[in-house]
Amino acid sequence: MNSLFSEKKLLIYFEAWWLLVMLMQFWILRQSGFDNFHSLADSVISALVLGLLSFLFSDTMKYYVPRKEKYGYVLGAALLICLAWLGLVWVGFYILFPEGDPYFDFLKKSFGIRLGAGFLLLSSQIMFSLLLYSDKDQKEMEERKAEADRLNKEAELFKLRQQLQPHFLFNSLNSISSLIISNPDRARVMLQQLSDFLRGTVRRNEEILVPLEEELAYLELYLEIEKVRFGHRLQTRLDCAEELKHYTLPPLLLQPVVENAIKFGLYDTTGEVLITLKVLHTEKGLVIRVTNPYDPETVAPSKGTGFGLASIRRRLFLLYSRNDLVSTREADSLFVTEILIPS
Amino acid sequence: MKRALIIDDEPLARDIIREYLKGNEDIQIIDECADGFEGVKAIQQLKPDLIFLDIQMPKINGFEMLELIDTPLQIIFTTAFDEHAIRAFDKNAVDYLLKPFSKARFYQALEKLNQNVPAPVKELTEEASASLERQDRIVVKEGSRIRVIPVARIRYMEAADDYVKIVTDEGAFLKNRTMAFYEKALNAFRFVRTHRSYIVNTHLITRIEPYEKEMHLVILSTGERLPVSKSGYARLRAELGI
Repeated sequence: MNSLFSEKKLLIYFEAWWLLVMLMQFWILRQSGFDNFHSLADSVISALVLGLLSFLFSDTMKYYVPRKEKYGYVLGAALLICLAWLGLVWVGFYILFPEGDPYFDFLKKSFGIRLGAGFLLLSSQIMFSLLLYSDKDQKEMEERKAEADRLNKEAELFKLRQQLQPHFLFNSLNSISSLIISNPDRARVMLQQLSDFLRGTVRRNEEILVPLEEELAYLELYLEIEKVRFGHRLQTRLDCAEELKHYTLPPLLLQPVVENAIKFGLYDTTGEVLITLKVLHTEKGLVIRVTNPYDPETVAPSKGTGFGLASIRRRLFLLYSRNDLVSTREADSLFVTEILIPS
Repeated sequence: MKRALIIDDEPLARDIIREYLKGNEDIQIIDECADGFEGVKAIQQLKPDLIFLDIQMPKINGFEMLELIDTPLQIIFTTAFDEHAIRAFDKNAVDYLLKPFSKARFYQALEKLNQNVPAPVKELTEEASASLERQDRIVVKEGSRIRVIPVARIRYMEAADDYVKIVTDEGAFLKNRTMAFYEKALNAFRFVRTHRSYIVNTHLITRIEPYEKEMHLVILSTGERLPVSKSGYARLRAELGI
């Protein structure tokens, strides 16, 4: 809540306001020719009682904020309170003044104007509280909504990072199964690599940003496994300057991009496939450029983007609220995917 | 003695089948192929009795490869994850092995070979490929050459007896499938069955003109003028939102 309307300050404004009302009534009565005593008694009693009633009424609205369509009832209640107020003022005068005081005549005569003025004062006070509390209510609702959104976002990010290609896992296991017969030592190495890779997927989920060096090591692990699976068909080249390796980026981002390139490259051509990854630093941030060969004959140009990029695009959107961080283009039978990590 | 062919793009996956068959007298491996193109060629030349077939392979997948085969043969699928797609073959394929599979499970599949008759594979593939991911290309054979045609390059399709004539920028190809199959399969790519005998790529439509009673004509940007039936016109209007 904004500091202008903190509870304590609000009470002070409230008191000052009713004091002002009291002084104004006193001044009007004095101007109309009543004596000090009567003027003071009337204005103090009137302002005190109405102020108290208005305070009680506004305070209940802290706990129950009426909806817009109920505002008519609120005004009706205000009118009833005003009538009760006038009754109480009357009672007050009965206690203070002897019967037959000419001031009672004036009280009777001014009933209409008192009711009108009291109603205006009270309803403006109520409207003010109404606005204040419904605004507060709305802010709380917005905060709850923002919190819910944040949780949703986290869950979605978690799911997106967690995505593991079942094809990759089961085919790797099949390769290990095959190596166990023909080359047990290599089978053991590959099993180790696969375990490290899977552990990386699980462990690094909690971190928000990781050094590029770590990501590259993780990527190498993945590439080693893929190379065992596809044999000589898969060639890779990673190119990252030493001084860029301390830059940080969200975890588990490079590997899906490369995985997509491998899938795209290997399944769209039949010969050897070279996948390259190059890290560049520009004023916009870190640029990661991945290329794979493809066959322009069989891939419709409009649709030529890889299949796995949607989830990467979504993740970057959730992290940076930007939709333009993944771009693709085709050049000379090469498909280029570029990821921008804003600095 | 059965003559078998292994078709899988991963060398180690081929090795394990070889390993499992070591010492087996009933099955002889005559060749290995690393993709569907090689597979089609080897099947035509060597006429195997049995193939071990992977689904996810370069260029064309296992199902697309089967579409190009004329000779009946027995199939054992070996795959990592396309179980649901292979189920369509349940009665017609000998068996399917989910990688990694054990030697015991492998021999269980081989035992079924004798109870199973070589299947005419063509009809089986429609259902299977329909259940695979969204198909955005069509594989056709042109003489001995295999062509993979992206859906976006297709202008229209025309019924031709038991075949469907697929007219593309690079010429026309015949495919042994039904119009109903393509009407459904290409729906997601905004192809509309405008007529009993025509399915049209709506991206290419430049004009629709009235023609005779209750009939219309669509004019494609590539120049073709194709008939539109009354119900076809309704489908076309729904697709184009007019």
